Amino acid sequence: MDQYIDIKVRVWRQAGPKAQGHFETYELKHVFQGASFLEMIDILNEQLVAEHKDPVTYDHDCREGICGMCSMYVNGHPHGPDSAITTCQLHMRKFHDGETITVEPWRSRAFPVIKDLMVDRGAYDKIMQAGGFVSVNTGGVPDANAIPIPKPVADEAMDAASCIGCGACAAACKNGSAMLFVSAKVSQLALLPQGKIEAAARAKAMVAKMDELGFGNCTNTGACAAECPKSVSLANIARLNREFICAKFKD
Amino acid sequence: MWLKDSSIGRKFVMSISGLALVLFLLFHGCMNLVLVFSEKWYNIICETLGANWYALIGTIGLAFLVLVHFCYAIYLTIQNRAARGNDRYAISGKKEGVEWESENMLVLGIIVIGFLVLHLYNFWFKMQLAEITGGATAPLEDAANGAKYVIALFTTPVCGQIYCVLYLIWLCALWLHLNHGVWSALHTLGWNNLVWQKRIKVIGTIVATLVVLPFLIVVCYYFGVGVGMLC
Repeated sequence: MDQYIDIKVRVWRQAGPKAQGHFETYELKHVFQGASFLEMIDILNEQLVAEHKDPVTYDHDCREGICGMCSMYVNGHPHGPDSAITTCQLHMRKFHDGETITVEPWRSRAFPVIKDLMVDRGAYDKIMQAGGFVSVNTGGVPDANAIPIPKPVADEAMDAASCIGCGACAAACKNGSAMLFVSAKVSQLALLPQGKIEAAARAKAMVAKMDELGFGNCTNTGACAAECPKSVSLANIARLNREFICAKFKD
Repeated sequence: MWLKDSSIGRKFVMSISGLALVLFLLFHGCMNLVLVFSEKWYNIICETLGANWYALIGTIGLAFLVLVHFCYAIYLTIQNRAARGNDRYAISGKKEGVEWESENMLVLGIIVIGFLVLHLYNFWFKMQLAEITGGATAPLEDAANGAKYVIALFTTPVCGQIYCVLYLIWLCALWLHLNHGVWSALHTLGWNNLVWQKRIKVIGTIVATLVVLPFLIVVCYYFGVGVGMLC
């Protein structure tokens, strides 16, 4: 049964992108274990506001695990110690009475801290703009069944498309590599007939943008897939490698 | 040049050079195994691989592969460290399913290359290099007598046993390096999908074991011989 617990929250505080950050520890009493992790931070912020202190800045939006905004490193794991969920779906029942919870922002050169726990993930948007789309002229919408797609292929494309671009992969990677994200975005299109036409150009453009933005080189440790809130598979990275290497050899 | 400028290109170079070195090690290991069965045949192999034109081309090729693999490893590691940013995580939790060796490939590689230098000094220095330099580094008449050098190194009391242990440490580091390296190389070349994901990891472990096993047999055999001589 969920109970009320007393905890300490050790949060990264950083006033701005250029400011020197540091950890600050706050005591929180009587937190209900049924509360979500973000609700716990809301409670903390209310307490801070009441004390006339600056509340902790953090990203959040849908709070139902589909937008990918809530990005924080909780006790050494992106999105916290639970598996296959985002921070908003993490609940306080995963923590025990008297525990000190360490909360940090994503740490990656390509994701600079804006304030406290909020980081700039615009790099992922730039990679998407470089090629993460299918060029379709506007006009009448074709019937969904007009192009037959085998079920296993459709499933794999859908699994790749479940990536919400939260950045946990690059945050968890010891190399700061964004390969799981890029490979998922390449795969979701490359697997389908509509996306195959631009597959080679897309792979080259997105990888070039990823390298340009300062993400690291993938060494296949698998930390990304282990920490991904959507359990995106490492197999996508092999597909991206295949697409990219084949494209380069064709040149 | 995409092999230098793109991250996948750099990994492609690492994979190809790594796999080529694995093939060489398989050949080297099989060759060593001959020694356990026949010193005469082993020396015939040593003779064939002396300072001949094909053996020299092979040696230069290998040196080039090691150099490329090593330089790219340093280059990749520097880039990857920089990509993590200035601040490290205060707490970095254990990631499920992440092999220890995959996070320590550079360290393992440096151990492997460190022992490689010792190994070259132990054998190559006295054999092929002695032939090239016309006997400047070691007596010419023993240049193809590999069996003598191996037996002397591994069975000389106490010193030989220490060498056996050193070589065992080397082989452990090599096995760990290959246990991640082989499947990772195949993965980087794009040879993986949902079905093969588990299989190529098993293939990687099998290849790593096959590479290390012949060397291990030779070292253990002469450790036994050396200890036998002590008693």
